Amino acid sequence: MDVLFDFTPVFDNMGDILQAFWAVIRLTVTTGILSLILGTILAGMRVAPVRIFRGAGTLYVNVFRNTPLTLILAFCALGLSDTLHISLSTQSTVNFYWLAVFGLAAYTAAFICEALRSGINTVPLGQAEAARAVGLTFFQSLRLVILPQAFRSVIAPLGSIFIAMTKNTTVVIVASYVESAYIMRQLFEEEGATIPMFLAFAIGFMIITLPMGFFFGWLAKRLAVSR
Amino acid sequence: MTDSGVGPELSKDDSGAQDDIPGGGPLVVLENVNKHFGELHVLQNINLTIHRGEVVVVIGPSGGGKSTLCRSINRLEPIDDGTIMVDGKKLPEEGKDLARLRADVGMVFQSFNLFAHKTILENVTLGPIKVRKLGKQEAEKNAMELLERVGIANQAQKYPAQLSGGQQQRAAIARALAMKPKVMLFDEPTSALDPEMVKEVLDVMTSLAHDGMTMIVVTHEMGFARRAAQKVVFMADGQIVEESTPDEFFTNARTERAKDFLSKILTH
Repeated sequence: MDVLFDFTPVFDNMGDILQAFWAVIRLTVTTGILSLILGTILAGMRVAPVRIFRGAGTLYVNVFRNTPLTLILAFCALGLSDTLHISLSTQSTVNFYWLAVFGLAAYTAAFICEALRSGINTVPLGQAEAARAVGLTFFQSLRLVILPQAFRSVIAPLGSIFIAMTKNTTVVIVASYVESAYIMRQLFEEEGATIPMFLAFAIGFMIITLPMGFFFGWLAKRLAVSR
Repeated sequence: MTDSGVGPELSKDDSGAQDDIPGGGPLVVLENVNKHFGELHVLQNINLTIHRGEVVVVIGPSGGGKSTLCRSINRLEPIDDGTIMVDGKKLPEEGKDLARLRADVGMVFQSFNLFAHKTILENVTLGPIKVRKLGKQEAEKNAMELLERVGIANQAQKYPAQLSGGQQQRAAIARALAMKPKVMLFDEPTSALDPEMVKEVLDVMTSLAHDGMTMIVVTHEMGFARRAAQKVVFMADGQIVEESTPDEFFTNARTERAKDFLSKILTH
């Protein structure tokens, strides 16, 4: 019983734990930005007037949304790097970091695309017609009129996706060789079974994700488009 | 059918038409235009010529193809066959050419369709800045003049949802005018308005007509047709049934279909 409630390992490893969370935050920010860009491009493709774009977008979403994240990451690490020797950096740690980031971003982008597409569907058809009638091209209408309104209507669901993504960084950490986070992997393996270690990590994630949830909720209210 | 006296007289362009093609020739020409919605033949062999500076009112029963006709002129509705020429050029199929043509054709919708996330001023300046590549300052100066002209300059910083329907529609007219279009299309501009707001919108449209703007107006406002139009086009069941001057049409309609329609709307 004593071992179960002994918090000394948490305090002993505080430096390592903080370092691990720093890795989580870095992964979250880079992956978040990348997946948002990729997801937006995909959503644009899925509503494009050109059939090939629509088809490619649909194919992408269906493949990545229905493939387990661990499989994608394993493919990135083993398939892309070890077998195909695709290298993003000569330094292997940097290489694996970016492969992991791209893997998670590719996965998350499929969900962002679908959330955005449902947002695009909430924008009345008249908005697109008015944009075209003014002489904007398809790309301009999308960028200046449709997407800004679509984003505002899906901020809350996007928030959920980003929170899920934050937690998925652990999968990245466990499934690949991200060195800065290796400590976390070790701690999971060696001390993960203890309640104090579990609590430390659970609380740590809540410290990151709870404010994210509040922030997105606030943003959704603030930017709501009144019609 | 061609009332050539109207064209040259009013064409001296106060309409802001660009001078790429000088004065001559009709501005909008529809030839043998056909359009189907599934089984429904909504536009049947439509032939219509609109001269520079002419105000054409399209009236007729609901579902007769009036709106479709109006929307086909800037290709918001693609047509099945026939040709539509705007200022001597055939309507492009898609892409940049079509966007350029649409910039020259102003459109005012029944439901206003102001960009909900932008202020009134931003609504009016978006096209000039992004399509005409005007500087922000110049675009804003022009926009304020236009908003002044339609009487809502004091609402420039508000969002569309904060305005009344009549104010929104006047803002939408200003947005279309900001592109300095060659022709303006009005698709039932007063049908979604409360009765007391109809007048303020019609007043703006009437003053536009008097300034020589070429206008195609789908409407049920017979008063506006009498006051401002040079030509009335009566459409029913996808066909142009009658085409004449407002005076002649309202006092002496030639076809039974038109007489029947007029008796229904003028007697209540």
